[in-house]
Amino acid sequence: MNANAIEAAGLRKSFGKTTALDGLDLTVRAGEVHAFLGPNGAGKTTTIRILLGLLRKDRGPAGGTVTLLGGDPWRDATSLHGRLAYVPGDVTLWPGLTGGEIIDLLGKLRGSGKDSASGKSGDGHDSRRRQELIERFQLDPAKKARTYSKGNRQKVALIAALASDAELLLLDEPTAGLDPLMEEAFRESITAERQRGRTVLLSSHILSEAEALADRVTIIRKGTTVETGTLAEMRHLTRTSIDAETDRPVDTGSLAGLHDAVAQATAAGGSRLRCEVDNAALPALLRALTDAGPRTLTSRPPTLEELFLRHYEDPNAERAREVARHD
Amino acid sequence: MTDALAGTRVLARFALRRDRIMLPAWVYVVLIGTVSNAYTFARLYKSAAQRASLVATGESDPALLFLYGRLNGDSVGALTAWRYGVWASLFAALMTIFLVIRHTRADEESGRLELLGSARVGRHAPLMSALVVAVAANVILTVALAVVLPIVGLPVAGSVALALAVGTCGLAFAGISAVAAQLTASARAARGLAISVLGASFLLRAVGDSAGASGPSWLTWALPLGWAELVRPFASERWWVLALPVAVFAAGTGLAFALAARRDLGAGLLPDRPGRPRASAALRGPLTLAWRLQWPSLAAWAAGYAVLFAVCGAAGKGIGQLVGTSGALRTEFTRLGGQPAIVNAYLAGLMLLAGLIAAGYGVMAVLRLRAEESGNLADPVLAGKTGRALWGASHIAVAVCGMALLLAIAGIATGLGYGVLAGNTGHEVTALLGAGLAELPAALVIAGLAAAAFGLAARASVAVGWTALGLAVLLNIFGTVVQLSHWVLDISPFTHIPHLPGGTASAAPLIWLTGAGLALIAVGLAGLRRRDITA
Repeated sequence: MNANAIEAAGLRKSFGKTTALDGLDLTVRAGEVHAFLGPNGAGKTTTIRILLGLLRKDRGPAGGTVTLLGGDPWRDATSLHGRLAYVPGDVTLWPGLTGGEIIDLLGKLRGSGKDSASGKSGDGHDSRRRQELIERFQLDPAKKARTYSKGNRQKVALIAALASDAELLLLDEPTAGLDPLMEEAFRESITAERQRGRTVLLSSHILSEAEALADRVTIIRKGTTVETGTLAEMRHLTRTSIDAETDRPVDTGSLAGLHDAVAQATAAGGSRLRCEVDNAALPALLRALTDAGPRTLTSRPPTLEELFLRHYEDPNAERAREVARHD
Repeated sequence: MTDALAGTRVLARFALRRDRIMLPAWVYVVLIGTVSNAYTFARLYKSAAQRASLVATGESDPALLFLYGRLNGDSVGALTAWRYGVWASLFAALMTIFLVIRHTRADEESGRLELLGSARVGRHAPLMSALVVAVAANVILTVALAVVLPIVGLPVAGSVALALAVGTCGLAFAGISAVAAQLTASARAARGLAISVLGASFLLRAVGDSAGASGPSWLTWALPLGWAELVRPFASERWWVLALPVAVFAAGTGLAFALAARRDLGAGLLPDRPGRPRASAALRGPLTLAWRLQWPSLAAWAAGYAVLFAVCGAAGKGIGQLVGTSGALRTEFTRLGGQPAIVNAYLAGLMLLAGLIAAGYGVMAVLRLRAEESGNLADPVLAGKTGRALWGASHIAVAVCGMALLLAIAGIATGLGYGVLAGNTGHEVTALLGAGLAELPAALVIAGLAAAAFGLAARASVAVGWTALGLAVLLNIFGTVVQLSHWVLDISPFTHIPHLPGGTASAAPLIWLTGAGLALIAVGLAGLRRRDITA
C-alpha cells in the first residue's frame, strides 16, 4: 500500500494553445485532509479531472507523472473509481430523477455495494448512514432534481460521496452554494471522515474552510504549485497582524519588516496602528509599541486569505508597492 | 405592456447573433431545394406531353400523393410546388420550431433566462424576441423564394404564392411552438409537442391526398401543412387560404402570452409531482440509467409510429380504386403494374419513410451522449466504476433497440391497418414486419455515423449526425425524381435496402450494412476511450 494517495509531479495539460497546468506538483498522504487552494482558473478542476481519468495529461515525459491510489488514473480509471468518491464543483443532475434516486444511483455506479456484509443495503452504501446524512443536510429526497436549488444539488452529490465507503474523497469546491448552517454540517462530516481514516482532497478558494479542516495545504496559481506544507509551516514563513492603540504615535520610521502600516489618531486622543510585520521584526516593533504607551494590543496569525492574496498577486506589483512604501 | 417588453430589441439581436450560422443554413436548404427542383423540372420535362405523363403518374401513384401531395396543374411551376411545396413548408416549420423553443423554454430550463430576467428585461421580452426572430426568419425565407423563383423562369404570381405558402406555414408553427414552450417544463418535451403537431399535420394531409377524391380529402384542410398545397401556387392561386396559417400564428401568439402571464419562471403549467425517495432496484447501472433517461421519448415515438403507420396502412386499401376517371390515368396505372404492384410500391414507400424517421430517432438517441457530456452529466457516471465504452454503449444500445422497436411497430401497424381492411391480416403483418425490420441496417449506418463522430470529434457530432440523416432524406425522397446518377444515390444506405414488400429480398446488402453500422459504432467507442471528456 502506497503511503501517498495522490502523487503528481510536473503535471502538464494544454488545451490547444492554452496551458491549463504547467508543471503542477501535488502530494496527498493517505489519511490526511489536504486542501487544494487557488483562485478561479488556477487549474484545480483540471487537476481533479485528470485524477478522475476524464482528461488525459499531456503525452510523453513532458506531461509529468501522476499516480492515484497507486495506479494510473487514465489507464486504471474504472478499477480506481471503485475506491473513490467525487463531488464536482458545478453539480448538474438529471432533471427528471429525484435526489434520492440519484444518491442511490451514484452509489451503485461506484459499484462498492457488492460486498453484502456489514449492513450494506446492496446499493453502494450503508442505508443508515444515508438516512443520517439526508437528515443532517436537510434534503428532501423525493423532489425531482429539476426543482433543486444549487445548494440542494450540491447536497445530493455530497451525501452520495459521504455515504460511500470510498477510501478517497475528491471534493471540488464542495461548499459553494451551501448556507452557513450546512457548511457547518459539512465540516463536521469531514472531521468525522478523517477520524475514520479516509483521505480527502478538498479544492477550495474559501480559505477559512481549509484553515478549519486541512492537515496540509497546496496552493497553486496559473497551473503551477507555489507553496505546499502544513499550515504551521506556512505561517512560519509569514507575518503577524498587529492592531494596537497607543498614547503617542508609534515611531515606525526606523523599523524594517513592516508592511501595510496604517497609523491614525483616535477620538480618545491616542493613536492607532494597524500593520503586518515579518516575524523576525516582531521584537523591534514590540519595543516601539512599549515606548509609545500601549492601551490595547491585538495580534493574530495571518489568515489564509492574506497568505493567498500575496501568492495570487503578481510578484512585480507586490515589489512595486513595497518599493513605493519604502521611498 | 411596454414595460413587460423592455429589452426585446437587445434580446432579438442577441438571438440573431447566436443563430448566425443555423438560420442562414436552414434558409439555404429550403431555397436551394426549391430552386433545384424548379430547375430540374424545367430542364427534364420540356414538352407539355412529358409533363402530362408525369402528372398522370403523380395522380395515380398513392405513394407519390402521400409523400408530396396533390398536383394542381402540369406547368413547371405547378410541378415544382407539388414536389417541394409541402416539404419546403415542413422544413420552414422545423426551422421555426427549433428557433422558438431554443430561445424560450431551452433558455428558461438552463437558467439563462433567470440571469436575463434580473436585468432590465420585461417579463414577456424573451418570448417576444423569439417570435420577432421567427417572423424575421420566415420573412427572409419568403422574400428570398419570391425573388429567386422568377429568376429561374417561373411566373411571378405563382412564385409569390408558393413563397408565402412556405413562409406562413413557418409562421403558424411559430405560434404553435410558442404555446408548446409554455406548457411543458422541459425544452425536450416542448420540442416534441410541436413536432408532434407537425407530424400529425403531415399525416393528415398525406392521408387526405392519397385517399383520392372519394376518400376523406377534407383531412388536407385540417392542419397547416395541407394549406401549403391548397393555396394552389401556379394554378389559379387561392390567396385567401394564406389567412389560415396567419390566423393560427395570431391565435398561438396570443394564447402563449396569456399562458406566460399565468405561470412562474421555470415552471410548466403542469406541476412537478414528488417522485421516489429511493431508487428502484432496477436503476442500478449505466444501461438502466440510459433507459430511464430515454424511455419517455421512445414511448412517445412508439405511440406516434403506431398511429401514423396504422392510418397509412389503412389508407392503402383505397389505393387502386381511385383510378378509372381518365384514359391517360388508366394507361399509366397499368404501366406501373396494376393494383397489386401499386399497393406494394405504396407500402414499400411507407417502409422507407419509417426507416428514415427511425434513423432520425437513432441519431437523436445517440447524440444524447453528447448532451449528457456537455451538460456535465457524464462525469458522475464516469467517476464511478463505469468505463467509457460501457457508458457510450449504453446509450447506443437504447438507440439501436429503439430503432428496431420503431421499425417493428411500423411494420406491424401498417400490416394491421392494411390487412384488417384488405383481408389476409396475418400474412400482411408478417410480410410488413419483415419489410420494416429490413430498413434497420440502413438506419443503423446513419446512427453509427453519429456514434463515430461522437467518439472522434465530439463537438462536431451533432452536425455530422444530422447532416448524414439530411443527406439520406434528400437522396431517397428527392433523388430519384431529379434523376441523379445511380452512384450518387448509392451514397445513402437506404438505396441498398430491397424494396419490400414486392421487391426481391436479398440478404447480402442487409448483412454488409449491418457490419458497416457496427463497425462505425466500434470506431466511435474506441475514439471515446482515447479522448478528453469536455463540456
